[in-house]
Amino acid sequence: MNLHGVSALYKFEMARSRRTLMQSIASPVISTSLYFVVFGSAIGSHMTEIDGISYGAFIIPGLMMLALLTQSIANASFGIYMPKFTGTIYEILSAPISHLEMLIGYVGAAATKSIILGLIILLTARFFVTYSVEHPIWMIGFLILTSITFSLFGFIIGVWADGFEKLQLIPLMVITPLTFLGGSFYSIKMLPPFWQTVSLFNPVVYLINGFRWSFYGVSDVNVGISLGMTLVFMAACIAAISWIFKTGYRLKS
Amino acid sequence: MQPIISVNNLSKTYDTGFQALKGVNLAINPGEIFALLGPNGAGKTTMISIVCGIVNATQGQVLAGGHDIRREYRAARSMIGLVPQELSTDAFESVLATVSFSRGLFGKPPNPAYIEKLLRDLSLWDKRNSRIMELSGGMKRRVMIAKALSHEPKILFLDEPTAGVDVELRRDMWELVRGLRDNGVTIILTTHYIEEAEEMADRIGVINKGEIVLVEEKHALMEKLGKKQLRLHLQNPLDQIPAELSGLPLELTNEGNELVYTFDSQSEHTGIAGLLRQLNSHGIDFKDLSSRESSLEEIFVNLVRGRS
Repeated sequence: MNLHGVSALYKFEMARSRRTLMQSIASPVISTSLYFVVFGSAIGSHMTEIDGISYGAFIIPGLMMLALLTQSIANASFGIYMPKFTGTIYEILSAPISHLEMLIGYVGAAATKSIILGLIILLTARFFVTYSVEHPIWMIGFLILTSITFSLFGFIIGVWADGFEKLQLIPLMVITPLTFLGGSFYSIKMLPPFWQTVSLFNPVVYLINGFRWSFYGVSDVNVGISLGMTLVFMAACIAAISWIFKTGYRLKS
Repeated sequence: MQPIISVNNLSKTYDTGFQALKGVNLAINPGEIFALLGPNGAGKTTMISIVCGIVNATQGQVLAGGHDIRREYRAARSMIGLVPQELSTDAFESVLATVSFSRGLFGKPPNPAYIEKLLRDLSLWDKRNSRIMELSGGMKRRVMIAKALSHEPKILFLDEPTAGVDVELRRDMWELVRGLRDNGVTIILTTHYIEEAEEMADRIGVINKGEIVLVEEKHALMEKLGKKQLRLHLQNPLDQIPAELSGLPLELTNEGNELVYTFDSQSEHTGIAGLLRQLNSHGIDFKDLSSRESSLEEIFVNLVRGRS
């Protein structure tokens, strides 16, 4: 096992986010704070409680999920896309490092950043609303699992993308709409029955509800299914990445 | 002698259908400087990329230090350093950080003293805290060499090391390469600047259209394939070579002012004395004469032309 290699890649990626602190931490924290101000305080004060939870507190897990999903993808995809773009990938391909070690370096760093970011958002929320965490272990578990899963997904996007536009495409066209429609700001029980059924086909609904359950013990869907969905998606990402490494797809000719 | 790199029947066909290598065989001896010459698109970079693990071979086997580059990639790649042709560097990292990163990536524990020496040898120490984007092209090239040497490789690949490099850096680089060779590092350089091979190499391989045309010790190659030329600057220009001399390897150039006689430097009988006597008897006077050996460049051009 090339531990020095894994640690070099991991530290390199972490150093990159320290250099871009504004972009990787401050900007998601600011935008999440704005959501709290607008939805939590301004509009939220006119909203009724949902499942006995104040609206401001209700949206915390959804907002954290929104940040985790978009930032995990952004970090991991950028991390592997940049060496491809600048040509420095030659060094990583020629290094005595296994595919798994390379993945641990890149995805580990991206997931670490997301976890730190999630915790910062949780702290920030303290300034706007009061909340409690009913199942802290599960909360941390979902936080870690989601960060890793979507960092893996981001890695795939970074390998697939052959231009900066494509890097943005999936987060913008797929992830953000699914998260907004996945009940970040509402309980799907508030929707008409038809749209409730449609929402059940949105995988992000399960992520958000599982996470919300760890906070308040309430969920629109079965928590076991939430966990299962996350694990299935993770397995799918791992399968796709093993295929990428096996064929050298867009990494190696 | 056990070769440090052996390439056996190596072929590469890209997805586009382009066949970059056609069953190449090559053995590199430990401790030598080997120059791989070839025109653009001959397959030099493809071969290096396969040995280093950047490109997958279609067929064939490569051993580095006795290790199969695919099955024992860790052992093989740990021995190898690569300076690619393109200037590919991170922009925002510092010189020291990027070189230390490379050492770690190749599985070596940190060694600040070694890195310092390396950066000093490459005149990079003063720039160690500069971001790479602030450096000139020549300095970036030095950074790439430092990265390739950061893990103390036994084999160094230099792909077109002096393309677009100024005279000073070229001299520095040649000196560095000789120093490395003295420390037992094997060096394989590709180039299409023949003078570089002529200056540096112990052995020369010529590759053209994906095939190795020849591999030869440099001096032997130049002796074997080299031609000598005798150039006579005539007193009075000639319209044509006199018929009696037409059987000799003579050529009239420079608007009839120069007569060029080409002969084999290896031959016992160069025929110069006879030529001079004949010229004298035809009343052809000359004011000056010079002789020169053909350069590696001419040998190379003849080889590549001859096979294409």
